[in-house]
Amino acid sequence: MAEVLVYVDHVDGAVRKPTLELLTLARRIGEPVAVHLGPGADTAAAVLAEHGAVKVLAADAPEFADYLVAPKVDALQAAYDAVAPAAVLVPSSAEGKEIAARLAVRVGSGIITDAVDVEAGDEGPVATQSVFAAAFTTKSRVTKGTPIITVKPNSAPVEAAPAAGTVEQLAVTVADSSKGTKVVSRTPRESSGRPELTEAAIVVSGGRGVGGAENFPIVEGLADSLGAAVGASRAAVDAGWYPHTNQVGQTGKSVSPQLYIAAGISGAIQHRAGMQTSKTIVAINKDAEAPIFELVDYGVVGDLFEVVPQLTEEVKSRKG
Amino acid sequence: MSLRIVVCVKYVPDATGDRHFAEDLTTDRDAVDGLLSELDEYAVEQALQISEDADDAEITVLTVGPEDAKDALRKALSMGADKAVHVEDDDLHGTDALGTSLVLAKAIEKAGYDLVVCGMASTDGVMGVLPALLAERLGVPQVTLLSEVSVADGKVTGRRDGDSASEQLEAALPAVVSVTDQSGEARYPSFKGIMAAKKKPVESWDLEDLELEADDLGLAGAWTAVDAVAERPARTAGTIVKDEGEGGKQLAEFLAGQKFI
Ligand SMILES: Cc1cc2nc3c(=O)[nH]c(=O)nc-3n(C[C@H](O)[C@H](O)[C@H](O)COP(=O)(O)OP(=O)(O)OC[C@H]3O[C@@H](n4cnc5c(N)ncnc54)[C@H](O)[C@@H]3O)c2cc1C
Ligand SMILES: Cc1cc2nc3c(=O)[nH]c(=O)nc-3n(C[C@H](O)[C@H](O)[C@H](O)COP(=O)(O)OP(=O)(O)OC[C@H]3O[C@@H](n4cnc5c(N)ncnc54)[C@H](O)[C@@H]3O)c2cc1C
Repeated sequence: MAEVLVYVDHVDGAVRKPTLELLTLARRIGEPVAVHLGPGADTAAAVLAEHGAVKVLAADAPEFADYLVAPKVDALQAAYDAVAPAAVLVPSSAEGKEIAARLAVRVGSGIITDAVDVEAGDEGPVATQSVFAAAFTTKSRVTKGTPIITVKPNSAPVEAAPAAGTVEQLAVTVADSSKGTKVVSRTPRESSGRPELTEAAIVVSGGRGVGGAENFPIVEGLADSLGAAVGASRAAVDAGWYPHTNQVGQTGKSVSPQLYIAAGISGAIQHRAGMQTSKTIVAINKDAEAPIFELVDYGVVGDLFEVVPQLTEEVKSRKG
Repeated sequence: MSLRIVVCVKYVPDATGDRHFAEDLTTDRDAVDGLLSELDEYAVEQALQISEDADDAEITVLTVGPEDAKDALRKALSMGADKAVHVEDDDLHGTDALGTSLVLAKAIEKAGYDLVVCGMASTDGVMGVLPALLAERLGVPQVTLLSEVSVADGKVTGRRDGDSASEQLEAALPAVVSVTDQSGEARYPSFKGIMAAKKKPVESWDLEDLELEADDLGLAGAWTAVDAVAERPARTAGTIVKDEGEGGKQLAEFLAGQKFI
């Protein structure tokens, strides 16, 4: 059976959920071969094997951290040359998309980004995209070269499918031309301890209606009662009430959770672009005319300062 | 020596309008008005600031797009760019990302450049890959997704705010940069700027000028094909309640019914 390369997104060997989803999709079109760059391949291999990776190609080099993107493209290309895959699947992170794009140029292939589903088709893998702020769904194919597809988080179930997952070292030479952009320094972001925004099953977001940074704990309180991630509208981010990394929307994160709760958010098109594919949508807004109500499964017209704390209490007491 | 800056700008259908696909499954450009992609205004703004800090700089705005795309160029010129290049050819209709990057790279080389500045993503395709594709094709460093950028002594430096870390980056020119909407508000064109833009040169190039064959371009030559497009079914009207003091409890009841609690 044809092999499919799956680019592994991980933190020191802790594999992130979107990669496990990619393994589910990869199995529909071939045998997944995982590409693990950086430290922790042995730790990662166990998890990757459990989810269907027949093989793990591993490489670690200081250049992956010292220079931006290009050295990782060299490595993915080495894996590509070693395997001659039927397709390459990459998680749709900012970096993932850039790596995939550069590989596409190098191997002369077309690229599809931000797929929300991938299936086998008569003429190769068929990718589903959700476009124009999720107003349309398209089905596309790569028609030249080997399909290179980046896939959004929450696009497929994580399924156990034990396979060998043997680790093989991948020989990588980082070209001098790939050392063009130096990473001079790196300041790690402090973890909030909450679930990752793009991966979370539930997201609670606050907007301008929250009124100030000092009120965001109301939103966080609800999120914590539900085990949810916290999001914010651009208005809240621009006002400095919440970090930009938590922004949901066109220029922020695109989320697709089981449940999305918007508190004090009007529902501008650019915000909708990042949350409209959520399975269940709930809004709390004091303006009955707010466009967000056009999207909701359940909406409460009311003051979030009354509704949200009451909801949080109720969730806590029901969860005991 | 003068710093030659090329800013890539895209002409896109207005996102607040009712966007649609045409019969050949490409973007229906007649359905809604087009404009300069708002995210590319940030690229123009940063280019202007870089040029203000340089001894001598020249900004060329470049677009690949249909006839109307001149509007996007005019907007960028009225913000303060010096000249414009419009790549326009009937054979370009339906070109995908790989094709667009091929055309842009050729045009950038023909224009001459030390620095290419792009937006973080277009507001229609929203792929966010063009800057990386250009760096690969041009064989120069990519310094992308910057929320802060400056150019001095033949080097570009900037800050990239990623999910897990914030990185300080540095590369020698020539380079391809992309900037995010966190890089600083874009200026409004002044009346003077709008009047001045009318006199600024806009060159039109076609595929022949760029020595490109149509093989890899247009709908027929694309590396990808769209087979089907479906409008997302309208969401069935949800339940909306007015808070009369029990709104939070009612919502909890709904969430419990959906097994979220
Ligand atoms: C190129 C571009 C990209 C953009 N990208 C993004 C993006 O990624 N994400 C994003 O979110 N936006 C984005 N925007 C901005 C977007 O257009 C809106 O301005 C923004 O989403 C508005 O945020 P908001 O809903 O919080 O604020 P507002 O639109 O001001 O809405 C606040 C809402 O809170 C309600 N409210 C006020 N007080 C209360 C209360 N006490 N209780 C309950 N409700 C209350 C109000 O009725 C109102 O509906 C972008 C814009 C552009 C031009
Ligand atoms: C809904 C939709 C989905 C699409 N999906 C795919 C796909 O999966 N694969 C594919 O190959 N193509 C796809 N396309 C086509 C693709 O959008 C265009 O080929 C496009 O010009 C390049 O991608 P982008 O607009 O998303 O650019 P991005 O990579 O998002 O743009 C980044 C920056 O590149 C510059 N730029 C982009 N286009 C131009 C231009 N024409 N002229 C000047 N500068 C420009 C701008 O600075 C912009 O800010 C899609 C188009 C649409 C409308």
